[in-house]
Parts: sequence; C-alpha cells; structure tokens
Amino acid sequence: MQVSVQDLAASYGGPVVLSDVTFDVEEGERIGVLGPNGGGKSTLFRVLLGELRPLRGSFQRPFRLGFVPQTERSRLDYPVSALDVALMGTLSRLAWWRPVGRRERRAALAALERVGLTALADEQFGELSGGQRQRVLVARALVQDAPVLLLDEPFSGVDRTSADLLERLLDDLAAEGRGLLLATHDLEQARRFDRVLCLNRRQIAFGPPEETLTRAVLEETYGGEIVALPGAAAAVLPPHHHEHD
Amino acid sequence: MHALLEPWSHPFMQRALLELLFVGVVGAVLGCWIVLYELAYSAESLAHALFPGLVAAALLGLPLLLGAAGGVLGAAAAIALTTRLPGIGRDVAVAIVVTTLFGLGVLLALTPSSPPGLDGLLFGDLLGVTRGDLAASGALAALCLAALAALHRPLLATGFDRGSAPSLGARPLLVDLALLALVAAAIVVGVQGLGNLLVLAALIGPAATARLLVRRVPRMMLLATVVAVVCALGGLYLSYYADVAAGAAVAGSTVGVYLVLALGRLRPWRLSASRG
Repeated sequence: MQVSVQDLAASYGGPVVLSDVTFDVEEGERIGVLGPNGGGKSTLFRVLLGELRPLRGSFQRPFRLGFVPQTERSRLDYPVSALDVALMGTLSRLAWWRPVGRRERRAALAALERVGLTALADEQFGELSGGQRQRVLVARALVQDAPVLLLDEPFSGVDRTSADLLERLLDDLAAEGRGLLLATHDLEQARRFDRVLCLNRRQIAFGPPEETLTRAVLEETYGGEIVALPGAAAAVLPPHHHEHD
Repeated sequence: MHALLEPWSHPFMQRALLELLFVGVVGAVLGCWIVLYELAYSAESLAHALFPGLVAAALLGLPLLLGAAGGVLGAAAAIALTTRLPGIGRDVAVAIVVTTLFGLGVLLALTPSSPPGLDGLLFGDLLGVTRGDLAASGALAALCLAALAALHRPLLATGFDRGSAPSLGARPLLVDLALLALVAAAIVVGVQGLGNLLVLAALIGPAATARLLVRRVPRMMLLATVVAVVCALGGLYLSYYADVAAGAAVAGSTVGVYLVLALGRLRPWRLSASRG
C-alpha cells in the first residue's frame, strides 16, 4: 500500500471543509478524485502534501510525493525554459544548495523525452501550449522520481494530442508501479481509472468506477450540477465543468 | 585615450570603482530576484525602515550589518504591532512605520550633536570610500554572492509557482526570509558608497533593464552585471568630468539606461493598440 488515509478531516481554521475521508492507494493504481469546485479535492492534496495539518484522522504516504499542479498556477512570464522547469524536480533529490550537474541534466532531458518534448526543451515555458506546459510539469514530477503522483486536473485546458499523450504516459507510469491520484471533472475518463474517490466536503464514495459511479452517488457528489443527456447512460456535467480544449 | 585613463590614476577613483563593482555585482544578481519576485517597492521600504538601525550602529561604533539586522527586526515588529491597531490596514501600517522610522533615522543622522559623516549614510560618499570600507563591503559582497549561488534553485522554483514549491522541497517562507536578509545585507554593501537613498538604483535598475532584454534567469543576471559595470564606469566619468555628485551620477545613469530601453520598446502601434 502506497498511501493510506484514515478518517481524515481538514479545515482552514474555520468550518470543516472536508471530513470522513478513508481510502488507500495500491502500487500502480490510478485513482480518480471527483467532486465539484470547492468539494475538497485540493484540500485533500494539500493535506497529503503536508501543507495543511489535518484536523483529525491520520494518513501514511511515501517520503517523496510528486505533485503536478494546474498550469494556470505557474507564472507564464517567468524567464525559464521547459528544461529549467523539469530541473526544478531535482530539488527533492539533490540538496538545495548544490548546483545541478550533468546527472540531473540528463534526468531532466530524459523526463522531457518521455513526455515527447525533447525538441522544445529550450523553449520558454510560458510560450508553450497548455497541453505542452502540463507535460513539462509531469516531466518535473518524473524527475522527482516519486512513487506516488498527485495530479490536479491534468487534462484541464489541454489539447487533444496532449491529452492522449498524457493519458498513455499516466498508464505507463501506473504500469511501472507508481500510484496516481488524479483530480478530474471528466466522468468518462474517471470510468477508465482503477478506483474513484467522490468528494463533496466529505467522502461520498470510494471504489471501482463501475460500482461507485451510480446516479445516486453522482447526484450526492455534484448536487444540482448534474444533468443527464437524453439516451445517455452516463450522467454528464454541465459544460463549465468540462475540460476546455 | 588619456581622458579615458586619467580618472583612474587617482586612488579615490579606483576605490570608488571597486566599491561600485561590489555593490553592482551583488545588486545585479540579487536585483533579478527582487524584480522577478516583484519586490522592488518592498526593497525600497526595507531600505528606509532599517535606516535608524544603520545610524544607531554608526553612532555606537558597531558594525553596520548589525545595525541593519536590528533595523529590519525593529521595523518588522513595529509593522506587526501597528497592524493590530484598530482601523489601520496593512498597507497603511507599513507606510506609517516606514516613514516614521526613516524620519527617525534622518533626525538622528542630521542632528547637530551627531558626529560628522553620518549624513554619508543617507546620500553616500562614493569618493570618500576608505580601504577599510572596501574590505568590509567586499567581504559582505562575497558572502551575499555565495548565499545567492546556494539559494538559486529554491529561489527559482518558489518564484515560478509558490503553491507547488513545497512539494518539490522548497520552503517559500524561508526563501522569502533569506531574500529579505540578503536585501538588507546588500543595502549595507552599498550604503557607504551610494547611501541609503540611492543604493536602491543599484538593486533594481540593472536587473529591470536586463528583464526587458533577455528571457532566462542566468542570462538576466549576466546582463544586469554588465549594465551595472557599464553604468558604474559611465557615472564615474560623468562625475569626474562634469563635476557632479558621483553617487547620483551612477544611480542616474542606471535609471537612464532603463528608461531609454523601456521607452525604445514602446512602439507607436503598441500605444494605438492599447488605446483601442
């Protein structure tokens, strides 16, 4: 077991924003974290990353945890190349005061190659497309070489080519034995994960998608935001919650 | 050729140039982080707020660095206390504390009973820099550069995305505190030569100029250093031949280079586009 969470609750000093969270991540497992905006996905990630102390409950996680944030959080005017960003992943492997050497540079270039961006290694990060930027951030997490990766809506604002490439890459990473926790709004995609965790300020459900993503669970997870398309078996979210590519 | 070499035959000009090189190189490298972290105004406030600490250290015969450290801590405590007063917002608290402390420092420095030379802390005395001053600022400059080299990776990662920096192993709060301490130390490096008021030009001007032209941090630092050295030489020539205050000439040429380049980047179609 790579991550184990028991009865976790969290707050930002005020009311409880997330409670009753109990789940685990097995080696090589892809777990979709579903929920509305403000439902607790980011809060859960912050607790797991050690940025927010839980109100109660406990969790176990590997020492090294890779995090792939949404690309909108990084500064696009910042004077760094794709390679510079990938090299930031060495901070968790090489003491902060030591300059990066050939070995780190090779690791960063190999990670960029894995996400299909070797040719763009020297490009300005802010000038890449949304999908390419997301792949650079995955490359940075690969350089960290963490056994578990947390990905915050990695497919949001990503073009189709990058999304396909990312999905294949994440499958490969899982096949290598890395545990993946992916926050997503895409229900169709979540159905392809190994297990899903549904949050709406508390844990609504956790389990394999075919058993878990029932209409009742989705309604409880998304409240009034859920709609059903005529003739479609799956419940579908309103357009503003879909990936915008 | 003689006109180019003549100023450097005077020891006071050699010392002034060396002092400017120390503050110029530290200011250029540190300034890149100040500009990238959008801390230019904070750095200026810090320079003003720690001024009474510098004056007190000079009056008591203590090292200026100690005075700067005391000044920064005093200012931080004063801001924290003032923010707690009812009806005073954070920006107002900072403004009140900074202006009060700066006024207090000026009062201490310019009181008739104060020993002569303290006004140099305010405006600098570039041509009066002694060998002792040079040794102190050179040693401090070397320490600052070593710290900047060591902090390069955490600074780069934190500035890029403060939110995800902790997951990489950087600690944004510590990075911010280190940056604050380095700004205070850099002010001490430059205060004898350029003074508390003009030292900010060396900390911000070359880096802001380099930011206009290049898009990689190491290149930005290199170009900022070149700008700082060129402006130091230019300012000293101007001071020598036009008989103007040396510190002001150097600070003026640093800001002048930035203005020329920034205005040069304003194209007429850009102006019309922004109007539309």
